[in-house]
Amino acid sequence: MSVLRPNASVMGLPYTAPGNAPRGFTLGEHVDPEDPLEVGNSSNPHGKPRAIGPMGRRFQPYKNNGGTVVAVSGKDYSVIASDTRLGSGYSVPSRNVSRIIKLTDKCVLASSGMQSDIAVLHKVLRIRLTQYQYAHHQEMSLTAISQMLSTMLYYRRFQPYYTFNVLGGIDAEGHGWSYSYDAIGSHEKVRAVCSGTGQNLLQPILDNQVEFRQTAPEKKPEELSLEPCVELVKDAFTSAGERDIYTGDIVELAKVTAKGVEIEKFELRSD
Amino acid sequence: MTSSGNAPGGFSFDNVIRNSMLQQKGYAPPTARKTGTTIAGVVFSGGVVLGADTRATSGPTVFEKNCQKIHYIADSIMCCGAGTAADTDATTQLISSQLALHSLATRRAPRVATALNMLKQMLFRYQGHISAALVLGGVDFHGPHLYTVYPHGSTDRLPYVTMGSGSLAAMAVFESKYKEDMTADEAKQLVYEGISAGIFNDLGSGGNVDLCIITKEGKELIRGYAKENERKYRRPAGYIFPHGATPVIAGSEQFKGPEKGFSVVAEVAPAQDTMDVSA
Amino acid sequence: MSILEYNGGCVIAMAGKDCVAIASDHRLGVQLTTVAMDATRIFPMHDKLYLGLTGLMTDITTLDQLFRFRLEMYEMRENRKIKPKTFSNLVSSTLYGKRFGPYFSEPVIAGLDKDNKPFLCSMDLLGCIAEADDFAVAGTCAESLLGTCETFYRPNLEPEDLFETVSQSLLAALDRDCISGWGAVVHIITKDGVTTRELDGRMD
Repeated sequence: MSVLRPNASVMGLPYTAPGNAPRGFTLGEHVDPEDPLEVGNSSNPHGKPRAIGPMGRRFQPYKNNGGTVVAVSGKDYSVIASDTRLGSGYSVPSRNVSRIIKLTDKCVLASSGMQSDIAVLHKVLRIRLTQYQYAHHQEMSLTAISQMLSTMLYYRRFQPYYTFNVLGGIDAEGHGWSYSYDAIGSHEKVRAVCSGTGQNLLQPILDNQVEFRQTAPEKKPEELSLEPCVELVKDAFTSAGERDIYTGDIVELAKVTAKGVEIEKFELRSD
Repeated sequence: MTSSGNAPGGFSFDNVIRNSMLQQKGYAPPTARKTGTTIAGVVFSGGVVLGADTRATSGPTVFEKNCQKIHYIADSIMCCGAGTAADTDATTQLISSQLALHSLATRRAPRVATALNMLKQMLFRYQGHISAALVLGGVDFHGPHLYTVYPHGSTDRLPYVTMGSGSLAAMAVFESKYKEDMTADEAKQLVYEGISAGIFNDLGSGGNVDLCIITKEGKELIRGYAKENERKYRRPAGYIFPHGATPVIAGSEQFKGPEKGFSVVAEVAPAQDTMDVSA
Repeated sequence: MSILEYNGGCVIAMAGKDCVAIASDHRLGVQLTTVAMDATRIFPMHDKLYLGLTGLMTDITTLDQLFRFRLEMYEMRENRKIKPKTFSNLVSSTLYGKRFGPYFSEPVIAGLDKDNKPFLCSMDLLGCIAEADDFAVAGTCAESLLGTCETFYRPNLEPEDLFETVSQSLLAALDRDCISGWGAVVHIITKDGVTTRELDGRMD
């Protein structure tokens, strides 16, 4: 099987297979390693179809639709946010797709990744929560949901949901917590976390401003309360929208407190 | 001195063997900064309007939010560039300088067709390895001209053109709204709408709309003709890091005052008689 | 893995009020193995002009030597210090000269011009100049640095405030990048001189 190699356009050299004499360009070979639209580009990170011959294309079940999700939690609150842009290559199929779901009055989930898997995961979760409600006559607790989500993701270990989840809410004692997951259910209970295409842009901001990890111990400020935390999430999200092409349009932001869940929206740039 | 020091001109291939060895060992070639771009141009009665967005990307990350993609070629010739950013910058600079020398040698104002030929001959010589996709427009002795140049050196001469990843979005606007013999204002509005379509519908394009209007009277470059993507929110409290917030290794602080010797001085160009290069 | 990430490392520069900061980490690695924690990637070109180089260390060393040589030739020929803008064009044309066999290094240039106004620019490895009036970043955690700078930067910071902002932006990004870090150095360039401090960051 001959696999197409991205041409080294930066190096200015045609690709030389080991032991082969240099060849010139052929039509199928001129592949741009940077272009996220390029089909048959095995080196790009956007999960594009991989070439299996000069013209052949194998069906690729996964793609990334972009988007960023954040969860920041404090002593008695949790803030969960996600943008609503649905991206595909260089196009924007939709500017208003919700990636955030209120699971209970004390727990909200936000997911990025592939939109169809997100939709199914949210639907299945909703069903499981309803069944739990009928069986136990009470809402599922945050810790129980966090564990169930992990189990549901790992259950599909070898054909995973292509989703990156962050879960936020308040536990039985009234404390806020965030949980971050990988696609197959490995999870961690943290204060502040984010996932998705803006992860690299956002996570250091949260580290620095929620946990003050880089501040000298004697200069550490007080813990954030709800309103400053909402302002921080809005500001950090705006920064991610400035620099990540897959994050933009609108952000849905859920505030979880003892009083319940309140969702607000604000705009990012739409270019 | 070998070519690594004072190369007489042209490209140096000193590192090519080493780099291809590294590539064969499995180190992916790095990616250069690209301009996923919307650029466009329209001819109107008496001139041309060129337009461009202002975003430069590296993969999915925006590295420059307000870069200038309308490059200077000559006083009445400008060129929009899409593709690898370094290539469009360097190619337009090189052709601009060659055209200036050509203009001095022939004692005539540069013509758009001359710039076009220089560009296409250079790009064809490099067989598409210099990935510059250009929209060239200007006014000369023969009137207004508008061309596109593809990375392999082929060219088109058309009344309205678009290029870059947002070219389809912009062309959709042009196809539905272009008409012959527009006024300057109509042409500006059309190019603005085309570039705007690229900015909002193509993720590779973004930022502001830059326009350049060239007529035989002169040219006007408008940076930020439309600024519709300014940052919408800033945290009111800002981020104030008190002095001493960052841990510093004790005793590591050093202060180095200025060295004695010569200093940065202003460059004063010697007075010159300007040469008459009009046609 | 890209060859630009072989040795790790990053550089950040930020403009303040009549001052400019340039900072980098100290790690030199071979992929995930750390081999040195005193690496230098910021090179003074003259009192008011600093050059930061990220990428492959062998090319960083080569380029530093090449630019020092070119700079001394310039200074002897012209009998004056080079302007930051001129120097950025020198760097750009040097890199673009090797368009088809590039040095694997992305530079950041920070300096003060003759009116002590900040000059900042970054480039890709082919020498495409991106001039900035706020901040310029390069290296393995460039994305994280863009995120922190975009959020923390404010215009017209005084030298001491600029030091805190640039240090926090750098350290926050370094802590999320496993091939940069192991200490960091910050230079604050003002018209009176250059203040250099070593940061006490995480060593892992």
